[in-house]
Amino acid sequence: MNWETVIGLEIHAQLATDSKIFSAASTEYGAEPNSQASAVDLGLPGVLPVLNERVIEMAVLFGLAIGATISRSSVFARKNYFYPDLPKGYQISQYAEPIVAGGKLEIPLDGHRSRIIDVTRAHLEEDAGKSVHENFQDSTGIDLNRAGTPLLEIVSEPQMNSASQAVAYMRTMHQLVRYLGICDGNMQEGSFRCDANVSVRQAGTSTLGTRTEIKNLNSFRFIEKAIDYEVERQIDLIESGASVVQETRLYDPDSDETRTMRSKEDSHDYRYFPDPDLLPIQISSEYLETAASKLPELPRQKRERFANQYELNASDAVFLCEEPARADYFESAVRSSNADPQLSVNWISGELSAALNRSNLSIEKSPVNADIFGKLIARIADNTVSGKIAKQVFEIMWDTQQYPDDIIAEKGLQQVTDDSAIENFVDQVLNDNPDQIEQYRAGKEKVFGFFVGQVMKLSRGKANPGQVNTLLKKRLS
Amino acid sequence: MSSYPDTVAGIATALAKREFSSKEITSHYLAQIAAVDGQLNSYITVCNERALEDAKAADELRSRGEAGPMTGVPYAHKDIFCTKGIRTSCGSRMLDNFVAPYDATVSGRLNEAGMVLLGKTNMDEFAMGSSNESSYYGPVLNPWKTSAVPGGSSGGSAAAVAARIAPCATATDTGGSIRQPAALCGVSGLKPTYGKVSRYGMIAFASSLDQGGPIATTAEDLGLMTNVMASFDRKDSTSIDHTIVDHVGELSASIKGLRLGIPKQFFDSALDPDVATATRDAIAELEGLGAVATEIDIPSIGLAIPAYYVISSAECSSNLSRYDGVRFGYRCDDPIDLEDMYIRSRSEGLGNETKRRILIGTYALSSGYYDAYYAKAQRIRRLIRESFTSALADVDAIVGPTSPSVAFDLGEKTSDPVSMYLSDIYTTAVNLAGLPAVSVPAGFVKGLPVGLQLIGNDFEESKLLRIAHQYQSVTDWHKRKPPIG
Repeated sequence: MNWETVIGLEIHAQLATDSKIFSAASTEYGAEPNSQASAVDLGLPGVLPVLNERVIEMAVLFGLAIGATISRSSVFARKNYFYPDLPKGYQISQYAEPIVAGGKLEIPLDGHRSRIIDVTRAHLEEDAGKSVHENFQDSTGIDLNRAGTPLLEIVSEPQMNSASQAVAYMRTMHQLVRYLGICDGNMQEGSFRCDANVSVRQAGTSTLGTRTEIKNLNSFRFIEKAIDYEVERQIDLIESGASVVQETRLYDPDSDETRTMRSKEDSHDYRYFPDPDLLPIQISSEYLETAASKLPELPRQKRERFANQYELNASDAVFLCEEPARADYFESAVRSSNADPQLSVNWISGELSAALNRSNLSIEKSPVNADIFGKLIARIADNTVSGKIAKQVFEIMWDTQQYPDDIIAEKGLQQVTDDSAIENFVDQVLNDNPDQIEQYRAGKEKVFGFFVGQVMKLSRGKANPGQVNTLLKKRLS
Repeated sequence: MSSYPDTVAGIATALAKREFSSKEITSHYLAQIAAVDGQLNSYITVCNERALEDAKAADELRSRGEAGPMTGVPYAHKDIFCTKGIRTSCGSRMLDNFVAPYDATVSGRLNEAGMVLLGKTNMDEFAMGSSNESSYYGPVLNPWKTSAVPGGSSGGSAAAVAARIAPCATATDTGGSIRQPAALCGVSGLKPTYGKVSRYGMIAFASSLDQGGPIATTAEDLGLMTNVMASFDRKDSTSIDHTIVDHVGELSASIKGLRLGIPKQFFDSALDPDVATATRDAIAELEGLGAVATEIDIPSIGLAIPAYYVISSAECSSNLSRYDGVRFGYRCDDPIDLEDMYIRSRSEGLGNETKRRILIGTYALSSGYYDAYYAKAQRIRRLIRESFTSALADVDAIVGPTSPSVAFDLGEKTSDPVSMYLSDIYTTAVNLAGLPAVSVPAGFVKGLPVGLQLIGNDFEESKLLRIAHQYQSVTDWHKRKPPIG
């Protein structure tokens, strides 16, 4: 039997504000437990939430970027349930009237194809705290530093048909929120995570199968593996005559399987109702206009511009635009080098990326900044150094943050471009290797490479390879 | 001095003239509390030492010439307002050990005004009740008749002011909790417009209805207290930025020509005939001062009680979820697991009336019932607000009884919650509409006080206080003192 997979994702993107959504406490990650929990975050009696206006700006920016409808009036609601790390016994969220409704996201498929996934809604809410089990015997610790951290929950329509599509959607959304500067995208710290709703149905049918929800997936790899496992589990169940039970499941990366967290019978009746402590968020036309003017260039626009403006192929444009910081680095390097952009692309994707990976650094933290990186590119372009020598220069730049011109001068790495100097190297190599000359003249053209290598070696790599070629050919003809 | 003035205005004036010091008047009240409150139980906590320290500080301010109009005046504070360093119990076992690390905005303002905190007054648990019988600290008794209730939930504040063991007190009103106990104890109370007094640090019962306000013996004192208590507060998103800061300036203006609307729904079969007579006499008195009374019709008043109990209980069920034994407040002994801790902490820490409201509210918000109860109640609420504001377009104030009867006996209604809820029949609509209202003493029935309720348009507290003040200038009901006190 042919099965079709149906996946919908609920992404939780932590908004990159300095303070919490309803209190002035800091949102910084990794502080001492409960050192960043104010009376409001602790849910002490009598305290009241006050909305951090920054989150409205961020949600609106997101809505505009996906072509959604921004609600002129949206309402905070209370989602009521008891849990030790939920201080008030309710989470402030949005329910019937979210701030962002509708919207579309184009995701890449295999090859050059793409498809549009509909976004149902995005709403603002506060995060809960954390239960801590380590270092406690017969009890549980509660850390409320995360309580009240602002989240944008982005809900997709159930339109993805494979784990790889779900990952593509997640990656595209991840890229978008970082472009918008509304989320740092740090998945390890939980700043960007998702719940996946997964069901299967016979191909060609239109009603949805019973779904399960896999909670709290915080890496692209886990999303893919968890969904793949879950799809197989559901198909096995149905094919063996059993049926899928609607429930919440957790993915365990160690055993690479999903398991029941709570069943539908245990599910809460959240008793949502409008939070009487907060007024509706009202958004004026002027506010929307201002927000629209702050909308940065989005990934797709940037890719298209790069391809046109810098005459790059599609895969280079995709690579550069993957992260806004990489795109910015490229543009600064091109400006600084004043040379063929392709040279910058090659060096960013080659030496720079390799060095960043080795040191496990993001491009923002690169010891070689875009400006001096561009200066090196300029020296390659104007033949001051060959590509090979440039690699040596780059390594020194990485370690010392020196300017490439200083390194080249100091180490005497400047390329030899003087014809008579190169002729001397050529003559010496030819004098030392009469046998190879005969082989070459006998038609063994491969030996030409040997001569080039010998000349380069003699010049300690500094002879201009082009000129070496020309002069060698002239002498040997 | 052998006898001290017993009004805020009188004390403030005497302090300004240095007829006595704050320390003297504070000592006087502390002595009165010690002598009298054993019979009333109106205070949960008496702050003897701190009061004397505050009084001394107030006297020092005055000697430096830095005293404000209320500096050194003692007051009692309903135990629902958080006070930094002093236990805030909200009348509940759940918070019997709770000391807030912050002041409510109102507490902070009273401190800054230099007023002297005598103690924290008894109240129905989490302000849920109309008789002060749901307090963990035992009922407050009515100083006019100790077998009767003082009303609720601000029963401690009303009884303390009536017994003259506080010149004034703070209180809160969610469905009548300032006005009804003021009426039943023969004192004056003001429930301000919703949003006028900050709710920050005022422990929530029903957030969209809760409003702080004063209880005192006179309308003038209510105005003086409102001047201190009301403020725009960024810490409370429902706080309203209003410009009226003086509530006593217009008191002496005539009420000649003011139009009073008398809703016929306030004189229904629920109203005790003797209370009806006293209320009509009071209205006649206002007419004697030149006001023009006309009967009006506000049919939606009849819908107020069910809508009020659905909305207030729904909000309460959510607001009280934070009392789970996890971070503060009461926690049961030796819980075997998390669920056991939740269940027993809440079962043991909360009283019956509170549990009943949580259950009602939880039910009303449940999936499948939300539309039938909560959503419908909100529609009724809008209807009530519209009918009141449209009535107030034609009249200056709406006038009627505060409570359908005078103080009832302890235990009389505890076994029948609905009859207890009906004692709020004339007050809850005002909270649903968010409007200001005053209750002033307006006679006696069988030796117990009757309250007259005046309801005004948004932020027209000064107009209501002016009517009340003019009424008090030709009557002496507010000057009568109960046998205890």
